[in-house]
Amino acid sequence: MVSNVTSAERDGTLSSRNMGLEKDKSGRETRKPQSESNPERGETAASPPDWADGLKQLYDAVVEEPLPDSFKDLLAQLDEQDEDSPSSSSNK
Amino acid sequence: MAEHVRTAREKAAFKKELTEVVPHLRAFARGLCGRADMADDLVQEALLKAWAAQARFEPGTSMRAWTFVILRNAYLTDMRRNRFRGEYDESVAERILTAPADQEEPIHLSDMHRALLSLPTERREALLLVGAGGFSYEEAAEICGCAIGTIKSRVGRARAALNTMLDEGDIPKRSNEDGVAHREIMSELQQITRGDRDEVSD
Repeated sequence: MVSNVTSAERDGTLSSRNMGLEKDKSGRETRKPQSESNPERGETAASPPDWADGLKQLYDAVVEEPLPDSFKDLLAQLDEQDEDSPSSSSNK
Repeated sequence: MAEHVRTAREKAAFKKELTEVVPHLRAFARGLCGRADMADDLVQEALLKAWAAQARFEPGTSMRAWTFVILRNAYLTDMRRNRFRGEYDESVAERILTAPADQEEPIHLSDMHRALLSLPTERREALLLVGAGGFSYEEAAEICGCAIGTIKSRVGRARAALNTMLDEGDIPKRSNEDGVAHREIMSELQQITRGDRDEVSD
């Protein structure tokens, strides 16, 4: 019983939110003949613009770059500058 | 707050996590300052600061978010000293452009990068965090130390500005900041008159 109510409630919330969003944009129905007349208006906030993917690509391209040696050196040095105890660090 | 003495294991865990976020720090820095060499200098600076401040890191929280804050602060400090001027590195874009693109109509990433760098810092970083880094608005707000609504509006304006620039193919060359400022004002006006904000329901 309780679970039924909850799920119904949840469904109701979700669908009403979706409907609300759709209503906001077009008022009644999404049946505007705008695709032919003026596709550059950028009215469709739902679909991401063409460049959105490019932004991610720019970021990911750097993430996937091999790490330059300078960073490996720096990371290796962090331990040494922190610990003075000569454990297994090669003296340099 | 008393300095918590960190065990060797904690230090090792910290370093492992720190090492893992370095590529992300580099990507974020590259988006912020555009030039690869300066971006990497910035990341090195941030790494040293993060290491020095490691006692303040709470294990279990996001290392990426924590280090982004440090990187961002380092960037803003350097900006104030005029070290970066949103310079655009052609070679970076050239290299990125060689990456395979699946799209039929490939985006001119160099154009996009240049358009991105022409945005004011706050909008650029907001868009980078949300649009490229995949942070939620809430996380981005925490990183930038501002309200969620502020981040939303910054991202919205950054998107609008990029839309305008890229749609019209009208991207400033290098430091044609007047043109950009004008365009942004116009796009903001457009937004206001259209009233297409998330919160507005009627």
